[in-house]
Parts: sequence; structure tokens; C-alpha cells
Amino acid sequence: MAGNKGRGRAAYTFNIEAVGFSRGEKLPDVVLKPPPLFPDTDYKPVPLKTGEGEDYVLALKQELRETMKRMPYFVETPEEKQDIERYSKRYMKVYKEEWIPDWRRLPRELMPRKKCKKGPKSKKAKNTDKDTSLTNTADVLKKIEELEKRGDGEKSDEENEEKEGSKEKSKEGDDEDEDDAADQEEYDEEEQEEENDYINSYFEDGDDFGADSDDNMDEATY
Amino acid sequence: MTQAEIKLCSLLLQEHFGEIVEKIGVHLIRTGSQPLRVIAHDTGTSLDQVKKALCVLIQHNLVIHRVHKRGVVEYEAQCSRVLRMLRYPRYIYTAKTLYSDTGELLVEELLLNGKMTMSAVVKKVADRLTETMEDGKNMDYAEVSNTFVRLADTHFVQRCPVVPATENSDPGPPPPAPTLVISEKDMYLVPKLSLIGKGKRRRSSDEDATGEPKAKRPKHTSDNKEPIPDDGIYWQANLDRFHQHFRDQAIVSAVANRMDQTSSEIVRTMLRMSEITTSSSAPFTQPLSSNEIFRSLPVGYNISKQVLDQYLTLLADDPLEFVGKSGDSGGGMYVINLHKALGCLSTASLESVVQERFGSRCARIFRLVLQKKHLEQKQVEDFAMIPAKEAKDMLYKMLSENFISLQEIPKTPDHAPSRTFYLYTVNIPSAARMLLHRCYKSVANLIERRQFETKENKRLLEKSQRVEAIIASMQATGAEEAQLQEIEEMITAPERQQLETLKRNVNKLDACEIQVDETIFLLESYIESTLKRQ
Repeated sequence: MAGNKGRGRAAYTFNIEAVGFSRGEKLPDVVLKPPPLFPDTDYKPVPLKTGEGEDYVLALKQELRETMKRMPYFVETPEEKQDIERYSKRYMKVYKEEWIPDWRRLPRELMPRKKCKKGPKSKKAKNTDKDTSLTNTADVLKKIEELEKRGDGEKSDEENEEKEGSKEKSKEGDDEDEDDAADQEEYDEEEQEEENDYINSYFEDGDDFGADSDDNMDEATY
Repeated sequence: MTQAEIKLCSLLLQEHFGEIVEKIGVHLIRTGSQPLRVIAHDTGTSLDQVKKALCVLIQHNLVIHRVHKRGVVEYEAQCSRVLRMLRYPRYIYTAKTLYSDTGELLVEELLLNGKMTMSAVVKKVADRLTETMEDGKNMDYAEVSNTFVRLADTHFVQRCPVVPATENSDPGPPPPAPTLVISEKDMYLVPKLSLIGKGKRRRSSDEDATGEPKAKRPKHTSDNKEPIPDDGIYWQANLDRFHQHFRDQAIVSAVANRMDQTSSEIVRTMLRMSEITTSSSAPFTQPLSSNEIFRSLPVGYNISKQVLDQYLTLLADDPLEFVGKSGDSGGGMYVINLHKALGCLSTASLESVVQERFGSRCARIFRLVLQKKHLEQKQVEDFAMIPAKEAKDMLYKMLSENFISLQEIPKTPDHAPSRTFYLYTVNIPSAARMLLHRCYKSVANLIERRQFETKENKRLLEKSQRVEAIIASMQATGAEEAQLQEIEEMITAPERQQLETLKRNVNKLDACEIQVDETIFLLESYIESTLKRQ
């Protein structure tokens, strides 16, 4: 039988019977659009398994979900500052336990590094922790000596660390800041030693230091 | 990683750890191994948040860190481990069935925290158990420790890799990241601790004091007077062992369904005997002699040796080939064909899916092609005894969904279509992968729908929570029935109806996720075993 029935005439290159269509039969319509997003199903799904075991696992799953949200590993997204601070927001904060990872197992670059720009305020709060007070001249002197001693030991660490952008010390607890709970660092303050390069006496914050620190200033005051 | 897997990972991470961790995690899964700064730059998040997220992910064994040359530390996410988070409730339930409440809480704490030291987890679990006990009773640490040791002995928990002890003679600067190592024999070694003490009940006065975060106080100066004896030795849940247990359970129940209770008990005994001797990825267990099996049968089962032999012969002759005979010494050496068993179970899943989606006639055609391996169009119609038009229609439907594939066999070297045989066949690993992919998509859809439902009714849920809190506080301070009634009426009847519907829907969606996860487990195990055979 002649392969070509004439120019332009459609001819199959294979035996159409092999795929199950008989010759001359109407082929199915060409589909012109994508299939529907939620196609109808002819057969409805089989009902779910039920039983004591299944109920228990279901309850476990839901409890686990709730518990995860309260763990310190759930990192809250920092919310944008609202125009009006809602009174109720203060009382709806969920208090989470802090979690300190074992730094020996983690790469050193993951440790938080803080450069304090707001020197006096936070330092004062921190130092009340360690029972020193900055308003006393003698203690300021002591602090400077400590810093100098520590400064040498930490140089090698500093070399390998990246210089971070400025960070606000916003984790001094509720009594000090009105910042959002989300901004609070979860890593404990003990990680922040006196790592910065600033020597106390260079700060020109007159209100807190007053005239007491005049003795230690290398520059003359005018 | 396929798009469906990435989407599912993203949803799981978001539900469990929040959006920031999700963003970092998904970025790592998509792009592979990256250093810290590149992650921060590409995701546009601040360095501090990236560090926090990485710490959380590493703690939960979802990301590992490696030091590359030139001292750069790179972080890599483990996508398959993230997908395991779907299965946590099942692990906890299994621990409950094997080691009762203590075991359940131990595994739960380990899964929730990623890794913990033995002393920490024992203390926490003892405290939790004490809460549930009657007043005046306390849970002893020793009991919890015993359960922990049993979990370690049966390999359900394992030690995490440790920081190698470096000598002080190391001249250069310390490496930027520790390289963690663990040796095979140390993995289940329980440190010799003498944990003495009882669980503490948390009193309400303590709660007020600890309610506010003591951000100033460093954590470890508050409570601990002595140093922790097993410092640095962390434990994690051994998911592979749980998977082995699930696989054994599936095989035993399959045998029970196919034959009877006694044969399933025999298979269970054989699997139990091979737990420690066979690695989880072996295609079949070590050969066991019929005498050994007879000796190890559970005490309650008194079947005679001949009956046991008959059962074993029956099992070995079964066309499904779960059990094979590998020799005649010792009364007959028998093995369990793990790979074949998983293959059968996956095939059964495929058949069931075809049946439920396309109908029983399609299922008949599918089983036919499975059995005969390769069939032509004409042969399918003849063997299945289904009219040509319908058979053709069904075959094409299954072909379009990739359950069945075409195999071309050319008669001539030029592969001319008119002179080629086209045979229908089922390629089981490929079909299993396709089904697995669909399962991942289903679970992602289920989670999305559940989140949508919850978000739609958020206002109503919050209202009902507030009302419950008010009622609880009023009951505590002692209030009359009439007042409580009034408060309860704050939620109107249609709202109550809506809440009921919501609760029912959420429960259903959750149950669906759990059951799809069972299929996922089966298919994943099968695909894993096909990979290992090569």
C-alpha cells in the first residue's frame, strides 16, 4: 500500500493499531488548557484510621506543636514598632527560659559579639551586677587597670572575629528598657566581658561622671 | 532536593522554630554548603539573627558545620533530617509502648531539645513525672536513670560526636570550629554517674520568682553548686533504630494479615534475634537455624518443633518471599528478606493507591502488568478481560500519571514507530519515587490548609481562650454558678458551633498528616534499600 496518499495528507508514521485506535476512528479532542486546579474525583477517599493509638499520637502531635512555640529555640520575629503601644502587650509577653548553647561544640564565629556604643548606661547596669559602681573614682581606676590587662589577652581572639555593626544592649531586663521582647538577646550577658577598646575615662558624659573623673583625664577640660 | 520537599521543609521549620530559622534553613537546603557571611548577604537578614538561627539548627542536628581550607567554616543543611520532624509524635509513642511513661518523656525531651546531657535530661524528666504524681510522692532519679540506660543499651538513644580532647602543646591558634568525632564503640556507652535525688515539684511561689526572665543573672550561678559530672557528653535520639523498629512492625503485621498470628510471632522472634547482629541497611538478616528460633520463641508459645518447622517451610514457600531458606544445617537455616519485604509493602501501597484513585478495574490491569512484567496493548485487553476501549482509556490514564511506563522494543535499527513493539510495564522504584513525591506534596497541602483554617478563625480562637482563662481564674477564687454561666454565655451558640467545626477539621487534617507519614516512611525505606544494594 502506498505510503504517501498525496501531498499534505496526514499519515501516521507508525501502526495506529498498536496504540489501540482503529483506523478512521475519531481521535480524542486536543486539550487546549491546563487541567483544573481541583479536579473532581470519581472515587471518594477511604476514611481515616481510628483507634486509641491514633488518638494518642494525634494528641501528642498537637501538644508538641504548642510546646515548641514556648521553647527558647523558637525565635520570634522582631515586630515593627507600633504607633501606639498597647497596654495589653506588656502583659501578654510569653516569658521563655534562656538557652545557652555549648560554645565548645560550635564554631567560634557564631558567638555573639557586642560592641557597646551606649557605654555608661549599660555598663552601669552591668556593673551593679558585679557590685561595682562607676560613680566612684577609685573603682574607675580599677576598671581601667582590669581592661588593660584583659585587652592583651583578648587580642588574638579579636583578630579572627569579624567586626560587627553596632548593637544596642537591649537585654538588661524589663526594668530598664521598653524595647520589644524580641530584641532581647537570648545569650547570657556573661558572654560579654569588657571586650571593647574604650577606656571609661574617655567618655564625656558629664551627668553621670560629674567632676569625679577629672583626675584621670588625659585631656584638659575647658 | 525537589520543590515539594523544600516546601515541606519550609513549613515544618516555620511551625517549629519560627520564620527566621525557616528562612535560613530553607536557604541552606536550596543552595547547599555556605559560609556565614554569604548566608547573611543572600538572605538579607542581620548577622546576629543568622547566628542565632544557625545555633538553633545545629543544636537540633539539622545543620552541620565543617571547616574548609583557608579556615572558612561552612554550614550544610540535612534536608532528610528536617523531614523527620513530621515523625516525632510517632517516635514518642513508640517509646511509650516500649518503655512506658518514663521512656516516653525521655525521648520527648531529647527530641524537643535536640541534644542533652544525661544528667540534665534525667533531672527534667524526674521533675515532670513528679508533677503528675500525687502530692507527697516524688520520682526518684535512679528509676529514670535505669530507663535511660535501657534506652541506650537497645540503641534507641546514642551519643553525639564529641570535641576531641586537644593537648596543650598545640602551637597554632585554635581552629575556628571544632571537628566532632565519635567512635563506634563509644556511641552507646553510658557514663558512670551516680545521680541521686528526687524530682522537684514546682511550687507556685517559685513560679512567680522565675516568671520574669532574670536577664542579668548568668544561668549557672543560680542553681548549680557542683560541676556537672558528665559535662560535654551529649545524647540524641537514634532515629535509625526507631526506623528499624517501624520496619519490623510493618513486616510482622503484614505476615499476620497474610497468614496467621503464630507465623507473625515466629517472624517477630527472628527479627528480634537479628536486631543487633544485622545492620539496618542489610538486604537480608543473618541466617538463623530452626533450633535457635525454637529456643528463642517467647515463653508463652508452646508449639512443638515439628509445627515450627512446618510454619517455617510454609513461610519460605510463600510467593511473597518474606522468609527464605538459605541452607539445611541446624534443622534448616532461614533468613528474612528485608529488601524483598519492603518491596512487597511498597508495591501493595502502589496497588492500593491505583485502586482508590482509578477504580478496581484499573487495579486489575495494574496488578496484571505487575505480574506479567511486560505486556502489549492487545495482550492487556485479553488477559484482563476488559473491553478494548475501556482498557485503552485506563492504561492511558495510568500512563499519564506515571504509574505505568512504556518500554520500546525496536524491530529494526532505525526505530521506526510502525515497526516497534510498545510494551507496558511497571517500574517499581520509579513509581515508588513518584508516589513519594506526591506524598510530600500532600503533607505540604495538609499543613497549609490547617494553617489557613486556624488563621481564618484566629479571632474566635483568641476569644475562646480568653474566656477559658477568665473562667479558670474565677473558679480558683471561688465564684458562683450564675457568674460562671454568664461568662460562658459570652461565646454565642453559633460561635460555639464554629469552634466545634474548626476543632474537628484541624483534628482531621492532623490525623491525615500522621497517616500520610506512615506511607512516606514505607516508601523512603524501600528507596533507601534499593540505593544500598548498588
